[in-house]
Amino acid sequence: MPVVTWLKRHLVVIGGLLTLGYLLLPNVVVTVFSFNKPKGRFNYEWQQFSFDAWKDPCGVADMCGSLSLSLQIAFWATVGATVLGTMIAFALVRYRFRARGSVNSLIFLPMAMPEVVMAASLLTLFLNLGAPLGFWTILIAHIMFCLSFVVVAVKARVMSMDPRLEQAAQDLYAGPAQTFLRVTLPIAAPGIAAGALLSFALSFDDFIITNFNAGSTVTFPMFVWGSAQRGTPVQINVIGTAMFLVAVLLVLFSMVLGNRRNRQKA
Amino acid sequence: MATATEAPPLAPAPDKKPPRKRGRWTPYWLLLPGLLWLVVFFALPMIYQASTSVQTGSLEDGYKVTWHFATYWDALSEYWPQFLRSVLYAAAATVLCLLLGYPLAYLIAFRAGRWRNLIMILVIAPFFTSFLIRTLAWKTILADSGPVVGALNALHVLDVTSWLGWTSGDRVLATPLAVVCGLTYNFLPFMVLPLYTSLERIDGRLHEAAGDLYAKPFTTFRKVTFPLSMPGVVSGTLLTFIPAAGDYVNAELLGSTDTRMIGNVIQTQFLRILDYPTAAALSFILMAAILLMVTIYIRRSGTEDLV
Repeated sequence: MPVVTWLKRHLVVIGGLLTLGYLLLPNVVVTVFSFNKPKGRFNYEWQQFSFDAWKDPCGVADMCGSLSLSLQIAFWATVGATVLGTMIAFALVRYRFRARGSVNSLIFLPMAMPEVVMAASLLTLFLNLGAPLGFWTILIAHIMFCLSFVVVAVKARVMSMDPRLEQAAQDLYAGPAQTFLRVTLPIAAPGIAAGALLSFALSFDDFIITNFNAGSTVTFPMFVWGSAQRGTPVQINVIGTAMFLVAVLLVLFSMVLGNRRNRQKA
Repeated sequence: MATATEAPPLAPAPDKKPPRKRGRWTPYWLLLPGLLWLVVFFALPMIYQASTSVQTGSLEDGYKVTWHFATYWDALSEYWPQFLRSVLYAAAATVLCLLLGYPLAYLIAFRAGRWRNLIMILVIAPFFTSFLIRTLAWKTILADSGPVVGALNALHVLDVTSWLGWTSGDRVLATPLAVVCGLTYNFLPFMVLPLYTSLERIDGRLHEAAGDLYAKPFTTFRKVTFPLSMPGVVSGTLLTFIPAAGDYVNAELLGSTDTRMIGNVIQTQFLRILDYPTAAALSFILMAAILLMVTIYIRRSGTEDLV
């Protein structure tokens, strides 16, 4: 029975592709429904094809404002977490010091904690201090939970770095600052970039921690959450589709760039 | 994700610790700002939360620490169904993630060939569309009049799941099945990526050796591949279970009042009812329960060097 043998041989591939389909199905639905013209307030049922939402992506009150707020927060959270995280990563890899174990667990714990616990406890702190909730409290929270991910990404890269490269630079009379800027930093850059990219994605998409610490400020995920109660405008799907496309194109572009660079080296 | 940026292995360095005699305070200066941030905005809040959980009072008169531990007892006895549900749903989603994610990770690691990078991108790319938008899409997919529910009805699957209590009547939305489906979907990439990382490290010659020793493909998998992928299985299950147990988004968007998880309770207590001591106690119990489970799990699976 060749069909059975073929199935047996390709069972893993079929299973894997089915899972991939499960992962991508919602994105397909989001894209298709960005061309919908819903009858009621909710965009859950297909009615008819239309370009209306794509022609007027900011046609919904407050949505683009929340989008730009989310981008600003994600940008500053990325900057803050990347700088602080990179410093910690260098200290952990390059130096011996006391209390290394506790430092490591302080960095690991935020990644192993359910978001709702961090969110709730941070809110108790802000309430106790009487801090006004808004842009700054969101930013503080985002830097806090992005930090650990940057440390992990940068640490992996710096650990795999050959220390002889820096020694060589120093042998060639480079000062500490010059060695760092000309040798260390360029080698660590891909790790720092990976950490920064991850921070941006995590911060931009965060809902649970933001929901607790935002007060009346509305970020884009909070706008989507609110719209699930009030009525989902088609424009949400337009933004979702556009983000997906931009992400795929950026990754493809960077891959092509990387391939070309590798070929030039070879 | 780290693997995507890993450099080609450099020549082994003879001495890992460079003899650096720069100031002995340098590491502390480097650590100070970041660690201060974590201490003030992560560790200190935990202490505040612990103290809030044993306070009594009201919003108007203010709260005082009275060591009122009964809050814990009251919270547990009132909300144990939600706790239980969180653990059950998260466990179900974790098992499903493992079952669904393993073939995909295996496919990327061993069978994808030149398609590997493309499939990797397709696994990661959905992250860039807000997960709330993607979760809302499940409302369309699982809609009462949609093709999925229609097919499940025609195949009498819904009769079985209704009998098991996973769905109710002809509906999938607003049932436990929909919530577990959403949880599985949302945390699947967190299972696939660590699995892929540990599968990719396996030396292909080990598979050949097993085949040479007359192991059937399934035996090779059971005795060679799976044991070697254990680090990925452990970190994947942790990365799925922990966020799933604390999640309230899926239960809120895809579930009903009968599928409320502990996250929903904490959120409501904190943001709507404003009963801070109860909310803090619940959150503290959740944290303690998860830390306990994770510790036992890591001990039992024998990969303590994981973290």
